[in-house]
Amino acid sequence: MTNTQTIQFPASTLDKVHEIINRYPEGKQKSALLPILHLAQAEWKWCSPEVMDYVAGLLKITPIEVYEVTSFYTMFHLEPVGDHVIEYCRTGPCCLMGGVEVYDHLKAKLGIETGGTTIDGKFTIKEVECLAACGWGPVFQIREQFYMNLTTQKVDEIIEELSK
Amino acid sequence: MKILTEHIDVQGIETIDVFRKQGGYAAVEKALKKMTPDEVTEEVKKSGLRGRGGAGFPMGMKWSFLAKPEGVPRYLVCNADESEPGTFKDHYLMMKSPHTLIEGMIVSSYALGANTSYIYIRGELMYVATILEKAIQEAKDKGLLGKNILGSGYDLELHVQLGGGAYICGEETALLESLEGNRGNPRNKPPFPAVKGLWQCPTVVNNVESIASTAWIINNGGDEYAKIGIGRSTGTKLISVSGHVRKPGVYELPLGLSVEDFIYADEWCGGIRDGHKLKAVVAGGSSVPILPAELILKTTNGENRLMTYESLSDGGFATGTMLGSGGFVVMDETTCIVHNTLTFGRFYHHESCGQCSPCREGTGWMDKVLYRIEHGKGRQEDIDLLVDVAKKIEGNTICPLGDAAAWPVAAAIRHFRDEFEWHINHPEKATQKGAVFMREGASWNL
Repeated sequence: MTNTQTIQFPASTLDKVHEIINRYPEGKQKSALLPILHLAQAEWKWCSPEVMDYVAGLLKITPIEVYEVTSFYTMFHLEPVGDHVIEYCRTGPCCLMGGVEVYDHLKAKLGIETGGTTIDGKFTIKEVECLAACGWGPVFQIREQFYMNLTTQKVDEIIEELSK
Repeated sequence: MKILTEHIDVQGIETIDVFRKQGGYAAVEKALKKMTPDEVTEEVKKSGLRGRGGAGFPMGMKWSFLAKPEGVPRYLVCNADESEPGTFKDHYLMMKSPHTLIEGMIVSSYALGANTSYIYIRGELMYVATILEKAIQEAKDKGLLGKNILGSGYDLELHVQLGGGAYICGEETALLESLEGNRGNPRNKPPFPAVKGLWQCPTVVNNVESIASTAWIINNGGDEYAKIGIGRSTGTKLISVSGHVRKPGVYELPLGLSVEDFIYADEWCGGIRDGHKLKAVVAGGSSVPILPAELILKTTNGENRLMTYESLSDGGFATGTMLGSGGFVVMDETTCIVHNTLTFGRFYHHESCGQCSPCREGTGWMDKVLYRIEHGKGRQEDIDLLVDVAKKIEGNTICPLGDAAAWPVAAAIRHFRDEFEWHINHPEKATQKGAVFMREGASWNL
């Protein structure tokens, strides 16, 4: 899906990478790892081994130092994902507000289970823990965007809008 | 009395011009031009402000532990990794009024002698990080950040750091590990961050709400702040309310308000949603003990329970709870306590970093056993097994995540044992959609 030749940030993103590295003292560039992984994921949708190796090279750290981080934090996708990754909150407060029913509806509508991707490659569903939006639940997130106070009807509207 | 959210609904408050019109950045002018760093620290000590992230440790005292060796940089790191289920107050504050935090960051960094500070924000709040970065740029353009701030000779660079999705990074040493680009494994203490923190340099880690509160304290004095509240619970607290109330959301209240007023008054949560009754409350985020209606409203001495650190913990864990992070989750009679406990148990299992075996294995056990009870496969001995596992985790781990995982399970069984027994004894009934145990004579089932 990706190969090493194509793994290279565009120039504007590389400027951003250098700006981020400069936020830390000399020699502490490893601190830039999480922010740069977010940039990488924005660019290539998921953290393939090639992407992780490229990031390791940028920061002059070993690839294993990147792998151990991506496998620890839930936001980094280690498998290919769809265009829209829907991450829904399964924790208590969202469930109190009818989350389970709404998420069941979402899964049925897309015809996939948690962790799955639709055949057309448009949607992936992931189950996540508390998104710090409990008073506005049920909640899911697609990249930086929050969708709050979800109902089955709202889910239909969101999916239709994103399917266009 | 509002000190953090007084102007939060003013149109354009996220921009520096509007924020300054409302008196914003006056604390920076005052602190940097008229006060020494020690005088700033002294005011924070006098205020009695206690850490608002959940632990409630006096902030001025925490600052006073900071080591100050010659020639070694010191850091202030803001903990904006808000992830405790039920808690979304910092999210709200930063999203609506980013300059409130930035003003507090400048004042606090000055007090600590930090010339570089970081706001570590959970990665999921990427859009809030963008809001903060825009506000930081505005502050820089006005000479409130960068070199020689307002001609005072004080320099400060402020950066926003995104996390990657891990509850454990709210624990301060895990946060520092993450900020160094590592997995979020908490460190053994000592040494404490005040001595060896970020890159082994002296570091203070404080919660968003705590840092934001320092601006008001500098403007009005620590003594004025200490006049708000009751006893050792001084000042105001942001409470984020979720669940079955008429008006969920974030409220800033003076510590000392009664729980009953907070839940039922129209000014606050507005009562339980129509046609329903209060069953239970988790008052301070998912890790604090759940209390049934009668114990959250009154202590066992018959006194009104108040929104203070002391009153909420009155009775210890037997009959009390904790103010914690202020994540106030309200449940009515439609709530299945077993299901809710399962979601919390699953949460801690998922979020355990795996370093300490009592937590890594214990949270997995609790998740599995809760799952089988909830799904009609519970065994008679499971309830005591859960209590036993919780006991074996508690106090036996490097960081407080183990305790945080054990307490909600132990408390749910303490106060709702009959509900667990019903699930085990009547699996056919308990596994039906929407089925909830009815406790005879309970105030919520009348």
